[in-house]
This record gives sequence, structure tokens and C-alpha cells, in this order.
Amino acid sequence: MINDMSPYLNSNKIFIWSKKNLFSSWINSIMTIIALIFIYKVGTFFLNWAIFEADFITNFRGEIITDRTFCSKNIEVGQHGACWSIIFVRFHQFMYGFYPVEEAWRVNVIYALLPLALIGILFDKLPFRKIFIYFTFAFPFIAYFMLYGGPGLSVVATNKWGGLLVTLFLGVTGIALAFPLSIFLALGRRSNMPIVKSICVVFIEFIRGVPLITLLFTANVMLPLFLPEGVKPDNLLRALVAVTLFQSAYMAEAIRGGLQAIPRGQIEAAQSLGLNYWQTTRKIILPQALKIAIPPIVNTCIGLFKDTSLVLIIGLFDLLGIGRAALSDITWTKLYYEVYVFVSLIFFIFCFGMSRYSLYLEKKLKTDN
Amino acid sequence: MQQNFLRKLIFDEKTRALLIQTLVIGIFAVLIYLVTKQTAYNLEKRGIGTGFEFLNIAAGYDISISLIPYDSNDTHLRAYFVGLLNTLMIAVCGCFLATILGFLVGIIRLSSNWLFRNIAYVYVEFTRNVPVLLQIILYYTILLHLPKVKQSLVIFDNFYLSNRGLFSPAPIFKDGFSIVIGSLIVMIIFTFFLKRFLKKKQELTGKQYPIFLINSGLIIFTPIFVYYLMGMPLEFDHPVMKGFNFKGGMVIRPEFLGMLFGLSIYTAAFISETVRSGIISVSKGQREASQALGLKSNFIMRLIIIPQALRVIIPPLTSQYLNLTKNSSLGIAIGYADLVHGFGGISLNQTGKAIEIMLIVMSTYLTISLIISFFMNLYNKAVQFKGNV
Repeated sequence: MINDMSPYLNSNKIFIWSKKNLFSSWINSIMTIIALIFIYKVGTFFLNWAIFEADFITNFRGEIITDRTFCSKNIEVGQHGACWSIIFVRFHQFMYGFYPVEEAWRVNVIYALLPLALIGILFDKLPFRKIFIYFTFAFPFIAYFMLYGGPGLSVVATNKWGGLLVTLFLGVTGIALAFPLSIFLALGRRSNMPIVKSICVVFIEFIRGVPLITLLFTANVMLPLFLPEGVKPDNLLRALVAVTLFQSAYMAEAIRGGLQAIPRGQIEAAQSLGLNYWQTTRKIILPQALKIAIPPIVNTCIGLFKDTSLVLIIGLFDLLGIGRAALSDITWTKLYYEVYVFVSLIFFIFCFGMSRYSLYLEKKLKTDN
Repeated sequence: MQQNFLRKLIFDEKTRALLIQTLVIGIFAVLIYLVTKQTAYNLEKRGIGTGFEFLNIAAGYDISISLIPYDSNDTHLRAYFVGLLNTLMIAVCGCFLATILGFLVGIIRLSSNWLFRNIAYVYVEFTRNVPVLLQIILYYTILLHLPKVKQSLVIFDNFYLSNRGLFSPAPIFKDGFSIVIGSLIVMIIFTFFLKRFLKKKQELTGKQYPIFLINSGLIIFTPIFVYYLMGMPLEFDHPVMKGFNFKGGMVIRPEFLGMLFGLSIYTAAFISETVRSGIISVSKGQREASQALGLKSNFIMRLIIIPQALRVIIPPLTSQYLNLTKNSSLGIAIGYADLVHGFGGISLNQTGKAIEIMLIVMSTYLTISLIISFFMNLYNKAVQFKGNV
């Protein structure tokens, strides 16, 4: 009997739900209709452009697209679909930049190992977490060896790097280097020593007060001026310095928020047990403070990951820079929207993933306490 | 004795702090000395002098968007002010538009309509997870691929949107218009005091006055009255198609529009989130209590919900304004002539005075940031809880 009734119940549920959420009043009903028309118009326009009328590898005549004159929209006036073949043809550049084709497997290995290196930090209830954490600490050396080269592998200079590789390199390395620095900055800002404190405050407020682009310019133009003659840091390293300093100031503020949330009693209790400053900080304060600070830290990381796109202004080829380089190629020019939509999508996947992770942590922290 | 001193260094907190700080100062002094010496040597080797005399040299480049008169014979100093004004212009316009859009989206995200709520949600997620630079470039590209001038899109009969920007009528102020503006300012000040006076009277006598109605009436109708009294001292210069381009009127260039759309659409997504969390943070009991007191729904919103929500909204809103101002430096990517593009870019390349110019640019941004924080903190103090909690 119950089985017989279920369809009725189900449709009733939908009815009640839509009455409550879509048609609760006559204004609401009009809004629903407007929203439906809007979704239909935008949805059909976008889907037609991106999928149904788009060229992927061949155009509507069935020819393989080798340059932009083969795109359907450039052959016939009525055709409006996207021409995704620019992405396929230049996929190597989007992923690796100007990295030699025969060496690209090295980058692929690092792309594959990166999640393994991160998983230990991200999830604290992972089985065999310790092994993963060891791997995390070994990963930078593996990555350096694989990407740059060394004994047994040919050297690929950083000016050949580009695309997703540069974006991920700046994002991940910047965050990893900024993390320890930011802990010291945050602790320094809360320290009782006036000189240490004021240096930290000035550094943090200065970095947070100026745009990243000025820091990138400074690093690009002035780092060679500051250093002895023989030392010429390459462009990627200069950008990395700027990005790291920038990220450390923002992260330090996130960590300071966590430090402030620790009740004073915790410090006093630790001191009365006879622990000194570093013992108190390392064993009592930081574990609690960092746990609270992780969601805002992840938010600064999302910000940094997006901001890595600014390096195109100082002439590096990150994901967006490679996209613009692709557009300046005569044989592929004018396919702006294809390139920008593709690059946005990649950024979106990473940033949205990070924000979901931050939400998951927030939920977890709430149940923990 | 000596051992005692060493023991003190390690175990006495105050002595140790002194030691650490001396060390920090020492390291910094050595670092700064080394860097300065090296920089001076490098500069001398490249034949670049130091000093700010270059500010008085003719800049020699044109700037496409300028609020004050400027041509390529003007000095670098003037180019700096042109850039600064352009930065401030885009920052102010961007903050304004982002606030309106952000509040709108934030309120829509709390709408009872499921579809509206989720359209706003999709908007927020898509705009805040894509770099603002990419968005600026994308919107600029769209603006550049609008129809050509001859086939301009006509908006409200007087605005023409084309790939050269938005052409709109330019206001021409004739004598007497300053009196209209003056009357508006006088009215704003007058209503401020009137509001105080009527509020006090209401507290004393309990009689309610339609303060909002009186004040908005005064502010709107007095200048209109003065405007007609002065014989309508305002005319519009309409853009007219002549040859290959519009003549007359004024034009808002696509670089400006691209920056404006990019910055405000991106920042509005963040603002909408702070607005949403601000409104949610006001507990349900507050609304129910005010309903129980018999307040009308618009009074509940104005007197109970919004003042409490503002307390939560203002601090993150301040940091969004700061972010927007800093992000306005991205104009260089699409050729919007802001501080970084003109003075920080072209002037730097021409004079080679990297240190001086970066110093000026950075301290300018620091000053702008500090000014915004200062005023927003004042406003924040005004809306925060008063009395002891």
C-alpha cells in the first residue's frame, strides 16, 4: 500500500516545496517566471555557444581545424559557436608553457604527485598520515629536481616554464614559503618586545597597504639593484619573492586572529606548569590557534592563487599570460572568449575547490567544539 | 660575576628580550647598510643619479584619460597627479557601484524565491573564484567588440554605446548653476540640524514627525525651485554623429568602463557575502520582539535589523573598499591610465628612477589606504554599540 502511495506523496512534496519556495505570493510567482525566462535565455545562449554549435576538433564541414580560418564562425556568417580547437592545439602550452615536449612527462609526474603531497596536510584523519607528511617535506626537493633538472635530467630553465605550471608553482611555493614566515610575523606582532613588534607591524601593514603589482614591479626592477653584480635572480624567482612576502603579511593577519582567540588562561596555565615561551607557543598556543585560523588562511590562499595571474604584467607566462600569448598568434587570433572562458574555468575549479575545503573545515570545527 | 651575567642572559626574561632586540636591530642595520652600499654602487655603475629633480622634467608622453588639463609637455609631477586622480576616480566609482550591486545581491541571496536566491549564488561563486585581472580583461574585450561607432547601440535616446566607449550628453553649466548647487548643500546641512531638532522634540513631547518625508522633500524640491528661479542654468551638449565619429557630448572610454565593470562586479560578490552574513547575524528574536511591539515592517528593517547588521557589515566592507582601491592598479593590463600605468610605468621607463618612483607610488597607495581606513573606522565607531556591554 505504502509503495502505491509513494508517487503521490512525492509529487505532493514537490508541490509543497514549490509552493513555499517559488509561488508563495503573487510577487514571488512573477519573480519565478522572470527568473525562469532569464535562466532559459542565458542557458540556451551559453550552451549553444559552448557546446551545441561549437567546433571541437573539426568544423561543421568535417575538416580538422588547424588555424582560425577553419573555425565554423569564420567560414559562414550565421555560425556563432565557440572554436575550442585553439585550446586543443595549444594544450601543451596551457599546461607546461614552453617546456620541451619530450620532457613534459616530468611535469606530469609532479602534477600527479602534488595531490599526494597535499593530502597529508589537508585531512587530519587520514590513515598513514605520518608517511604522507614525510612525503610532503620531501616533495619540494623532488619537485625541484624533476622540474628544473639535475644529475640525470637535462636542465630546463625557468624562462621555459609557463601556463598552469607557473600558476601552480607560484601559488603552492608562495604559500608554502609564506606559512613559516607568517607564523613568526604573527607571533612577533603579539610579542612584548617593542622593537620586534614594531618591525612586524610596519612590515605587515606596509605590505597590506600597497597593491601586489607594485611589489612585483619593485622585485622585478629593484632586486637586481640591491644585490651584488654577479647575482642575477631569474624572473620567476623575483616574482616568487614578491608573492611570498605579500602572502606572508596576509597570512600573518589570519594567524593573529587565531592567536587572539586563544583565552589567556591557556598561556597562564602553561606558564604555571613551568613551560617557557617557545614550549608554550609550540605545544599549547599554535596547535589551537592554527586550527581556528585555517579557514581564513585558506581564504588568503584562494586570494593568492588568483593574484598569481598578475605576473603577466611583469612578463611572465602564467595561465592567463599564455592565453594572451595564444591570442597574439596570428593564426589563432580573435578567439578571445574561448581562451578566457577556458582559463577562467581552470581558475574556478581550483579556487572553488579551496573554498569548499574551507567550508568543510568550518563545519568540522563547529562540531569539534 | 661573569657567569651570573651569562645566566641572566639566558634565563632572565627581561635581559633576554633586550639581547634579542639588540640582535634584531644589529642585523637590520647591517642589512640596510649592505643593501644601500650595493645599490649606490650599482646605480653609479649604470649612471643613474638619485633625487627627485626628474619630477620637473617634461614627461613627453600622452595620457588618454585625464581629469585635469595635461599634454606631453607637462612635467612628470603633473603626470603623477593625472594618474592619482584617475586612480581615485576609478576607486570612488568602483566602490559606489560595488556597494549598490553588493547590497542588492546580498539581499537577493536571502530572498524567499529559490530561483533568485540561487541565481545570486551562482553569480557570487563564479565572480569571486575567477581572478579580477582576468575579469577586467574579459569585460574590456567585450567592450572593444561592441558594434562600430556607426552602428552604436542607442540607450535612452541620448547615450550611444560603441567600441569607442559610451558617448553621453555633456552638461554645460551656465552662470547661476553654482547657486543651485549651493542651495543643495545648504539644504543638506539644514536638514541635518532639523533632524536633530525634531528628534529631540519627539523625545520630549512624544509626538512623531515625518522627519524622513520633510527632509527628503526639502533636499529634492529646494534646488529644483532655485533652478527654475535662476532661469534653468543647465544645458546639455548632445553627441552628434559627424563623419566617422561623434562630435560634442562626452565620452566614457572603454578602458574606464572595463575597469569599472571588472572591479565592481568582482568586489560586489564579496560585499554581498558580508551583507548576507550581517543580516543573518541579527537574531530572529530581534525581529519577533519588534513585531510583538507592533512595529511596521519597514520600521523593523530600518530601526532594528539594519543598524545591528551594519555593525557586522562595516569592518569587512572597509577591507573590500581597500581591496578595490588596490586592485585599481591593474589598469595597466588594459591601458587605463592610472597611477601605476602612467607614472609607475612610463615615467619609470623614461627616467630610470626606479627607487624614487616606486617609493612615491607605494607611499601614495599607503596614504590612500590609511585615509579610507581612517574614515571607515570613524563610521564604524558611529554605528557600534554605545555604552558598556
